[in-house]
Amino acid sequence: MSSVKEEGKDRVIFVTKEEHEAPSNAELVEEDPDDPYEERGLILPNGEINWNCPCLGGMASGPCGASFKEAFSCFHYSKEEVKGSECLEQFRGMQECMQRYPELYPQEDDKETQGGPSEKDPSKHDSAPEPTPTPPVQDSSPSTAPADTPPPSNSSASG
Amino acid sequence: MWTCKNLWKKLAPLARSSSTLCRQNARGVLFNNERRLPLVPQAHMSSGTPGGGGDNNLYYLLVGATCVGGGFYAYRTIKGDKERYQERINEIASRPNKVVPEQPITEAPGEQAAETPQEIAPVTEDAPVETPEVTPIVEEVSPEVAAVEQEDPPTTPEAEIATESVVEPAPEESVGMPDADPVVKSARSVSEEAVEQPSAPALIEPSVEPSPVEVTEEPPAPVEPTPVAGSLPAETAEPQTTTESAAEPATVAPAEVPAPTPVEFPSHAPYLLIGGGTASFAAARSIRARDPGARVLIITDEPDLPYMRPPLSKELWFSDDPSVVDTLRFKQWNGKERSIYFQPPSFYVSPQDLEKVENGGVAVLTGKKVVHMDVRGNKVTLSDDTEISYDKCLIATGGIPRNLQVIERAGEEVTKRTTLFRKVEDFKALDKVSRDTKSITIIGGGFLGSELACALGRRSADSDLEVIQMFPEKGNMGKVLPEYLSNWTTAKVKSEGVAVITEALVKAVSFKDGKVEIKLKDGRVVKTDHIVAAVGLEPSVELAKSAGLEVDSDFGGFRVNAELQARSNIWVAGDAACFYDIRLGRRRVEHHDHAVVSGRLAGENMTGANKPYWHQSMFWSDLGPDVGYEAIGIVDSSLPTVGVFAKATAKDTPKAATEKSGTGIRSESETEGTANSPVASSTPEPPPVPEQKDNYGKGVIFYLRDKVVVGIILWNVFNRMPVARKIIKDGEEHADLNEVAKLFNIHDD
Repeated sequence: MSSVKEEGKDRVIFVTKEEHEAPSNAELVEEDPDDPYEERGLILPNGEINWNCPCLGGMASGPCGASFKEAFSCFHYSKEEVKGSECLEQFRGMQECMQRYPELYPQEDDKETQGGPSEKDPSKHDSAPEPTPTPPVQDSSPSTAPADTPPPSNSSASG
Repeated sequence: MWTCKNLWKKLAPLARSSSTLCRQNARGVLFNNERRLPLVPQAHMSSGTPGGGGDNNLYYLLVGATCVGGGFYAYRTIKGDKERYQERINEIASRPNKVVPEQPITEAPGEQAAETPQEIAPVTEDAPVETPEVTPIVEEVSPEVAAVEQEDPPTTPEAEIATESVVEPAPEESVGMPDADPVVKSARSVSEEAVEQPSAPALIEPSVEPSPVEVTEEPPAPVEPTPVAGSLPAETAEPQTTTESAAEPATVAPAEVPAPTPVEFPSHAPYLLIGGGTASFAAARSIRARDPGARVLIITDEPDLPYMRPPLSKELWFSDDPSVVDTLRFKQWNGKERSIYFQPPSFYVSPQDLEKVENGGVAVLTGKKVVHMDVRGNKVTLSDDTEISYDKCLIATGGIPRNLQVIERAGEEVTKRTTLFRKVEDFKALDKVSRDTKSITIIGGGFLGSELACALGRRSADSDLEVIQMFPEKGNMGKVLPEYLSNWTTAKVKSEGVAVITEALVKAVSFKDGKVEIKLKDGRVVKTDHIVAAVGLEPSVELAKSAGLEVDSDFGGFRVNAELQARSNIWVAGDAACFYDIRLGRRRVEHHDHAVVSGRLAGENMTGANKPYWHQSMFWSDLGPDVGYEAIGIVDSSLPTVGVFAKATAKDTPKAATEKSGTGIRSESETEGTANSPVASSTPEPPPVPEQKDNYGKGVIFYLRDKVVVGIILWNVFNRMPVARKIIKDGEEHADLNEVAKLFNIHDD
């Protein structure tokens, strides 16, 4: 049974698991998928790639951003049976660029970053390991990335 | 006679119309040529009686001709102006191509005087380059070349004349000034004139596009003029020496006036970000993502590249690595290590290469402070008098820690034992202090104060460091958490080894017998070795005055609209921005995620997005292994709250939660290691939480304003932020908040 306490202007309710099992009858406003103000995921409503998606980390903005965009765009719009098969050139270019900045794009690990993001982009996954250094945005801005990112730990916001 | 009369009759109308034309033109010519004016009035008379005699006729003819001539001249001038203006604009636009423009306008010499006023006007206002450079046209105007001219001649030959800071011994592009009859200066003529200048002639080329050519007088020039690829600020090149070697074939930029002067930094940045913190970096990233090839220049007065602040008061303190103070690396929630720096130095482009590098990039100018902003001229001035112009500017200056007046007035012995914590250097200093002293007192019970207290308290477990925390509120986070929770938190902080003194108002501070003595209003006296003052942040708005920007009187900071814009090309983000939140009203937020979100939004808007602040930022804090929460919106303890807590089970602690979900909060190792030690600073008891009565293990707290939820705290409940964000976004009145709480599944992990 839940108990309610009033501490001045503050109300405290203790609830048991059973009580919360019943579905909520709280009403939430329906989401508008075309809301221009909303933060977008990797793919915009019009089908284009959202280069500013936090999930990409700094991939589109770093020194190899241009080649990354080319490669990924090619992949995204590819209509081949094996998606992206005609994009080898671009990916190669991107890889070459990344090799010039090993500090930014560590080659060994990083096949998986923080779950979600890389899954959205298999090609990136293969040829462009998400560099560790980039998560800063993910650290703090949950926006589109699966909420797990921000995590209570990383960069907390202190005063 | 008769012939004359007939002739006159025929000419009269012509004369009359030409005189009218004259009158009209005269107005135009007026400004140019006062001399002619006197003639005009005469024209009036001609419309009167057809004068009689040949003399008059001749006279009228002459007048008519002169007027027509004057009119023609005026017309040509005006047209020429337009052309010249257009040329200049084109040149400026084509600057990057370093194309040599055509021969400058060449007007009849006589125009000089006349031109001056007109020319300057259009050109100066519009040229993105600093005014001084444009003035070259008005060479007459003495070489103001004020000390630092960042030149960046709009590639007009005249520009060369522009002036490079004459201050330098280096023979900059000559300011052909000294001689020349300004106005009509062709590149060649300039060079000729410049011959006097040492090395100048050799260096001057028709189109000067030495953007990289810069003059700096300062030793602390961030970058080495010569193409030290990728090297970033930090080095103290000897700009001076390079400057001196005028004849230096500035190899920096291709095809141009070899910088006789060392290129220190660009004189123009399409995107200029003032401040090198989180908001600025987020904006830079956003701009680069949206505007391919963008050239972004960040100017910061710190010596460091952009870094994140939260670990400075949390993770870095819990690191096992003894060299953490130097490496500044910490373990993330997923176990991976990373540096506090957003990106390593190789990510950035060096300032002098910024304008040339093919795909643009982000350059950081460290150790430079922007002291003046000229909004009309779209440029800023640095502390060393360098000027940099911009197209779009972001002000992300953050703030500086506040101090207590009693400490400021307490004398040097006290102030040198006081830390105002904000930057990396403060972290390093405090780390050292914590090893060298026996007692540290933290004044302030908010986020920073409490986090530092817990961090130091944890450290005190291994040493005999005494950690005291004092603040005026009744409990830690008293201004954020409702009282019952604040009390609970205070108990936790105490169990971390901190001696917490609540309801403490500092009355006086002095240095006595080798100890800092803090006298409280109620008479208590605390003796300590070092003070850390965490009493708030003062937003840095010094630029408001010169830039003519509004400062908010309620919240402090620059007042901006919902799109974070202050004025047409100026945006503000981060701690310094007092913005309009469509949902929650005007506010100013000092949290990390807000800096990221607002920085990103500002970057988007600087590249044309025009989106308002809509995605609500969140914040979080961890005070030890048992107390962790995430929050969003307006979380002010003075608002009425409704808290829904789960009746606890053993599984409910941040530590347990993170282990289960794999999201490691911080170095658990430490927690476990000291779990059994007698010192209270380690984990208090493991799971079995105290009695249910006061157990606020996990739950959701809603903050209400006029019955609408404006803030939510997820207490020891993680990964539910999207739900919270949605509730705030809806802004609905909910009759039963318990129902809303169900949406969070607080009982699950």
